Amino acid sequence: MATTKRTVEVELSTTGVDAQGRPQRVPLAVDEAGNVLTVEAPPQMEPDLVGEHMLINIGPQHPATHGVLRLVLELDGETVVRCIPHIGYLHCGFEKMGEYRQYNQIIPYTDREDYLNSPGNNVAFALGAERLFGIDITERCKVLRVMLCEMSRIISHLVWLGTTCIDIGAYTPFLWAFQQREKIYELFEAWIGARLTTTFTRVGGMGADIPDGWLEGLTAFTRNFPKVVEEIDRVITRNGIWAGRTVALGVMSPEEAVNYGLSGPMVRASGVAYDVRKDFPYLDYETYDFDVPVGTNGDVYDRFLVRMEELRQSTRIIEQAIKRLPDGPVNVDDHRVVLPPKSKATSDMESMIHHFKQVMEGPRPPIGECYVAVESPKGEKGYYMVSDGSPKPVRWRIRPPSFVNLSAIPRMVEGHLLSDVIAINASIDIVMGEIDR
Amino acid sequence: MSNDPGSPTFTPVVAGSAIASGDAAASPASRVNVAHRGGEANQSADALKQTFGAAVRRVDVVWGETTVYIELARVHDAIKWLHDDASQRYDYLSDVTAVEFRDLEQPIEVVWHLRSLPYRRFIRIKAQIEKGQKLEAPSVWDIYRGADWLERECYDMFGIRFVGHPDLRRLLMWEQYKEGYPLRKDFPARGRFSRSEQLRQALAANPEARYSKDELSIADAFEDLPEDMKRRLRSGERVGE
Repeated sequence: MATTKRTVEVELSTTGVDAQGRPQRVPLAVDEAGNVLTVEAPPQMEPDLVGEHMLINIGPQHPATHGVLRLVLELDGETVVRCIPHIGYLHCGFEKMGEYRQYNQIIPYTDREDYLNSPGNNVAFALGAERLFGIDITERCKVLRVMLCEMSRIISHLVWLGTTCIDIGAYTPFLWAFQQREKIYELFEAWIGARLTTTFTRVGGMGADIPDGWLEGLTAFTRNFPKVVEEIDRVITRNGIWAGRTVALGVMSPEEAVNYGLSGPMVRASGVAYDVRKDFPYLDYETYDFDVPVGTNGDVYDRFLVRMEELRQSTRIIEQAIKRLPDGPVNVDDHRVVLPPKSKATSDMESMIHHFKQVMEGPRPPIGECYVAVESPKGEKGYYMVSDGSPKPVRWRIRPPSFVNLSAIPRMVEGHLLSDVIAINASIDIVMGEIDR
Repeated sequence: MSNDPGSPTFTPVVAGSAIASGDAAASPASRVNVAHRGGEANQSADALKQTFGAAVRRVDVVWGETTVYIELARVHDAIKWLHDDASQRYDYLSDVTAVEFRDLEQPIEVVWHLRSLPYRRFIRIKAQIEKGQKLEAPSVWDIYRGADWLERECYDMFGIRFVGHPDLRRLLMWEQYKEGYPLRKDFPARGRFSRSEQLRQALAANPEARYSKDELSIADAFEDLPEDMKRRLRSGERVGE
């Protein structure tokens, strides 16, 4: 790799102006690999300004908190001394509701927790339920699910990118990102029929096979999408304003990041190469060729770089999945869990009985429990299910990655300026639906 | 050890770095044909048995995942040992939660899901709280900072008090919530109070009471509040204490 280093002059930064009243210029070196070489420390308070502390409330109804998050901040001047987050405004009791539903009936709930990654959640839940039922899914289903997961990773990262750009003051990348997101939603619509709340996996398979000609649409997307990523990259990655608003903010060291239980791009930006797809693989992810990007500084800028790289890697995975998509059935041939085709259910006695038993009673997994984790765009998403042999789980627990990531926000914002709280909060990529459940 | 973020000598922490190259865990694979019961237990389970003896009540392997039941009084020591011991290095806390069974005679289980990133291992630690016992479990906040909200949520939903947690208060439900613990099996899905009572309480809530006493004291506002509001704030805080 070329080692040419580029220097970026930052004209506008949070540090403000110099003695002459001109904007301070902070040289920032960003090398080819995207590493920032000079890191500016957050500015120190003027000693004579230290005095009475102020209580300030952000949210719960504030566009920059990305949902109904409420932060109570104690400020010393403009520096955050203490941060007390409040969550729960969107608490719906999904885990409680799940105890009153059959396994396939829970899948709609998984759409509505992390609603930017609905297909990914469906897949995660179905994987968990299949482990509990002891089913191995078909090869074609695995590849289709990988496509779904990576497509939803791309939309989730695009929403993150767009909204973070708006938070920090860039509007154009938002439009570009949402345009691409719309293309994936069109593909979802063609295959699934729904856009946001997909509810598309079933225990043992999928709701439907892909329609004819759908793969061409996906191929066209993978061909076009990297160009847009490069365009966004060119506009903001070496942009002085962007670097000034993100570099050296909310730094987490690798040990701390692991200790705080961070996952996904948050932990990888801190320099920990932990990806569930690589380390505890599922859906044959170990056979796909992709890289896990890792940051070195653990700041907001690195989280941005990691997510940008993940957009490219996800495209790579989708390309490989299109190439290897095998023919064959999508659903497993096990009518204890998968509904027989409707035509057979009305003409064939045995199929009708299976249909009746499944709809009226629901499939029963054996007594047992499992914790299945997948790499969602936000991090390690785990479903812990306990079965007592009845058609409904005794306990269905969601391990929400952005919940654990958000719990580290007091550690990340303390000592930074109030305006940086917005950037740090944006970098966590929170979805309140998932945090409050 | 100077491994500061941003320094030129920075080396990333890589999951699986402690695994010997010949080990099967060096190239993990998606699991197929997992047996329901039996199967090979995580080697940490044996190590736990050797170190903690009779405190390890039982080791189960269900769907290829190892569950170790540990006596409630020793579970903190066991998790600390798993975290610190050089041959285990369980440095990542995935989840803290609890399970109550429909059979109300069965004990409530507190569940810790731990990962060892350097060895790529996963283990489930369980401690049982017999019915009628005080709902208390040791907090692992001093080992994993990530336990903070996970334990608070578990307290909020099950009423299990995590002894040693620095700030155990309700998380998802509001601090003045009086209906109990939603994920307990004796809690009806509709809630304990009628809809009209819930609505009445929601409308009667004072927005000022949404700040806790701690927060108002930051702004020195607590002393200026009327007496009845002070009382409500005091009583609303630290539910269950």
